[in-house]
Amino acid sequence: MIHNNEVTVSVQNVSKNFKLPHEKNNSIKTIVTGLLKNKEKSFEVQHALKNISFDIKKGEFFGIVGRNGSGKSTLLKILAGIYQPTTGSVKTAGKVVPFIELGVGFNPELTGRENIFLNGALLGFTKKEMTDMYDDIVEFAEIERFMDQKLKNYSSGMQVRLAFAVATRAKAGVLIVDEVLAVGDSDFQKKCFTYFKGIKRSDTTVVFVTHDMNAVREYCDRAVLIEKNEIQKIGDPEEISVAYSKLFSDSSSNKQSEAGKDRWGNKSAEFTEVEVISPVVRADQKDLTIKTRAHVNRDLSGAVVGYNVKNESGTILMGNNSTLLHQKIHELNVGQDVEIEWTIPNIFNAGRYFIDVSFTHENGVDVCDWWKDASSFVVDKEPGNPYSINPEVKMTYKKVG
Amino acid sequence: MRDTIKRLKQKYHYSVILLKQLVVTDFKLRYQGSALGYIWSLLRPLFLFVILYLVFDKIFNAGASIPHYPVYLLLGIVLWNYFGEVTNGGVTAIVAKGDLLRKLNFPKYVIVLTGSFSAFINLLINFIVVAIFMVINGVSLEWSALLLPLPLIELFVFSIGIAFMLGALFVKFRDINYIWEIIMQAAFYATPILYSLSFVIEKSEWAAKLLMLNPVAQIIQDARYVLISHQTITYESLYGSGWYRLIPLAIVIIFTVLAATYFRSKSADFAEEI
Repeated sequence: MIHNNEVTVSVQNVSKNFKLPHEKNNSIKTIVTGLLKNKEKSFEVQHALKNISFDIKKGEFFGIVGRNGSGKSTLLKILAGIYQPTTGSVKTAGKVVPFIELGVGFNPELTGRENIFLNGALLGFTKKEMTDMYDDIVEFAEIERFMDQKLKNYSSGMQVRLAFAVATRAKAGVLIVDEVLAVGDSDFQKKCFTYFKGIKRSDTTVVFVTHDMNAVREYCDRAVLIEKNEIQKIGDPEEISVAYSKLFSDSSSNKQSEAGKDRWGNKSAEFTEVEVISPVVRADQKDLTIKTRAHVNRDLSGAVVGYNVKNESGTILMGNNSTLLHQKIHELNVGQDVEIEWTIPNIFNAGRYFIDVSFTHENGVDVCDWWKDASSFVVDKEPGNPYSINPEVKMTYKKVG
Repeated sequence: MRDTIKRLKQKYHYSVILLKQLVVTDFKLRYQGSALGYIWSLLRPLFLFVILYLVFDKIFNAGASIPHYPVYLLLGIVLWNYFGEVTNGGVTAIVAKGDLLRKLNFPKYVIVLTGSFSAFINLLINFIVVAIFMVINGVSLEWSALLLPLPLIELFVFSIGIAFMLGALFVKFRDINYIWEIIMQAAFYATPILYSLSFVIEKSEWAAKLLMLNPVAQIIQDARYVLISHQTITYESLYGSGWYRLIPLAIVIIFTVLAATYFRSKSADFAEEI
């Protein structure tokens, strides 16, 4: 909750350069031989951040978004005081606690109880303070029975829950949160959401880094978009999330964008074209069309074609295939091309969506071509709510009695 | 004055919490999973002592001229082991905590201090063995034993200084641990731990004087002097009591201040360079 205009984090003209040596210069031998050869310094300078400035106000929930490699992790580490800026300065009022990596300093050889105290000390709590809040932490993590077991015997889910439970105790002026909303099973996630809702209402300033635009819309008061190591846009989370999504549609206009890695199959038939008409979907568009073209490399019978639509966090929102749609694809012969089109009502909220397509035969047993993230599209509209799908919903209301 | 204390308390509050917890953790992990556990803290120096004692006293007869040679030897070994533990541990301390450093900003010197406090507790435990041997060997305790903390504090400070220097250097130069290993091997024999300094003086007084410039040698001899026998040849008895008797102490203080300054100036970049 923002009370006033008090600034908690002030980032002024921060730039960060990394020197990337061509060969690693960290043994005496390379230094000695390097001196003898008198060769030029062989390193490249990588500009991880260029001239970043912004202020975050007290109690604000501030989002940082950007693509992988944009420099947002470096920015986060500078905010947390782990890296020093090359030029510029970061001023923070109050203690900065990174929620960045849950379970920092956890030791597998110690018991759950011992790890709680260790983790607590890293967060700045005395032994007495930790003893006082110990029961609450254990209760939150829901692992009472395992507290005297060594951490190495914990499942990864239990470890994360324990770490999260300790981290929620952190009394921070500024809390840095990096993609931790999706931990544990759905019951535990509910707790985490409740916790973050509580944080949002409190005085704690939160710096939140994520790829999930729904979360940005739901939680953030303001956000910044980092692209190519610079601030591209700063302000309203709605605008930022649309701008973020557009980054991808720009680069996906050459259709196959970052795809290709997640593709497999025996190539008896393969997609030659997967396209959404048009890749930026406007609010007034009633529906959108996925257009695919495939080439058949040998005679096939019982072919099935299908697609999935996923949101940014990779959750499948919908999908279909020719069998489910009662479309029988007749015998296909070698050398033929087929064109498949799906027309879907435009029920999507603002954001970026990914499409998987599949071509199978023998009624789905034999995969010819399975292509994850074959294409994507961006929906550009005023979001009515923070969720991925927003079909028209009718609601009635009346008082009874 | 009270304000200054309060300010210092606030400034180092986090470091103290962290240091305590890390030392406790270090101790819990040290003998994790071993059947005898902490007893090994006592057994390790004891066995080393037995071996060296058999070899050097019974075979080479090195302790003939030294009163209470077994205790004399044990005390030397215990102090040297402490020095070795802190400095060897100090070399890799920062790099070994790289994972943590990349994720959390905290005062880095705490890592080095953890190693030396943890070793110091171990040293105190070892003094139990020394005390037992003093009784068995019939060492009569003098009032001078009360001065024992002085050489111990000097050793504590000097070890930390070296650990700061080596730990910070190792982040950039990964050859340091091998170099330090060799230096320690040589220094073990260049320090009068196994043999009596009088052997060296017989050959060359100059060599003896040179050896005693090493603060660790001066510390070990002083500890033996105050605790075991006033016949022990100390730095002072070798050099006289002029101003130059302060040389080892000056080396310790100047080196430690330089090392801490160097460590401090480098510590902000550890996370990036590891």
